[in-house]
Amino acid sequence: MSARPGAVAHQFDDARQQREAAELGMWTFLLTELMLFGGFFVGYTAYRHAYPEAFIEGSSHLDVLMGGINTGVLIMSSLTMALAVREAQLGRRKGIIINLILTIVFGGVFLGIKAVEYSHKIHEHLVPGPNFVLDSPISNNVQLFFSFYFAMTGTHAFHMIIGIGLMIWLIFKARSGAFNGEYYAPVEMVGLYWHFVDIVWIFLYPLLYLLGRH
Amino acid sequence: MSQNETHVLPLKIYLLIFAVLLVMTGVTVQVAYVDLGFMNTVVALGIACFKASLVVLYFMHLRYSSSLPKLFWVAGLLWLAMLITFAMSDYLTRQWIEQPQGWARNRGISIEQVAKQ
Repeated sequence: MSARPGAVAHQFDDARQQREAAELGMWTFLLTELMLFGGFFVGYTAYRHAYPEAFIEGSSHLDVLMGGINTGVLIMSSLTMALAVREAQLGRRKGIIINLILTIVFGGVFLGIKAVEYSHKIHEHLVPGPNFVLDSPISNNVQLFFSFYFAMTGTHAFHMIIGIGLMIWLIFKARSGAFNGEYYAPVEMVGLYWHFVDIVWIFLYPLLYLLGRH
Repeated sequence: MSQNETHVLPLKIYLLIFAVLLVMTGVTVQVAYVDLGFMNTVVALGIACFKASLVVLYFMHLRYSSSLPKLFWVAGLLWLAMLITFAMSDYLTRQWIEQPQGWARNRGISIEQVAKQ
């Protein structure tokens, strides 16, 4: 933003007001994201209500262990992201960079496991479309479950890729000394974004992987 | 120095929230293998909501935010609730009444016969 780190833009009374304006803007954006994913969840609910057996059968083809490991990895990345913001509050440049790198590593592990899962689904012909093959009387409806699976996890993964890009940008900014204890809004805002993406997965995991396991 | 009014939470809190999130993930997996009927979904969503609340309140610091971001968050949840309620009030009630079959059935002829005419 401004050339001098920590400077307050002229439309704000003080640094606190500037920070709160950024926070409010980010929350507004995240609420539009909530509506985006909310649409997916409503669609999921309506079709799961219409075809409960198909959704249970589709879910049984997903790997609970891989999804569970990914949940843990993502929570881990949320912790390091929160710590990066804390280091920024304390004005520790090195701490910001280390924690951001760790967050990127965990995010990368998540995407790697996701890629393995996707490739399994491709080999098992479970990708909706002309190549979908499933020996089941309700295979068409199971295909619907996999449409939701790929749309929801795909949109989620896309958000993570954007988040990783933002963190790489933050690392360069932090290296050049753009942040100090007075000004660290970009770190905090990317943090809010990353935690939101984590929350989406917290709901995706039980709804896609765990339904009908009993 | 106005920035230093912001809360720097002790490291302990972050680690504690992290541990609770991991434990609850384990719980939600374990519970999924126990047959509770429709309560399986309720419990799974309840745990997910609890985990999400912890992330929002502590990792996203909403608990320590001023009231405007909190109000925005509540408004967002309200809109989400409306989205779900209005959409599902349609899908869940479609089978409650018999669908009108149209005039063809009343006249005792099938749709195929109508198409031929």
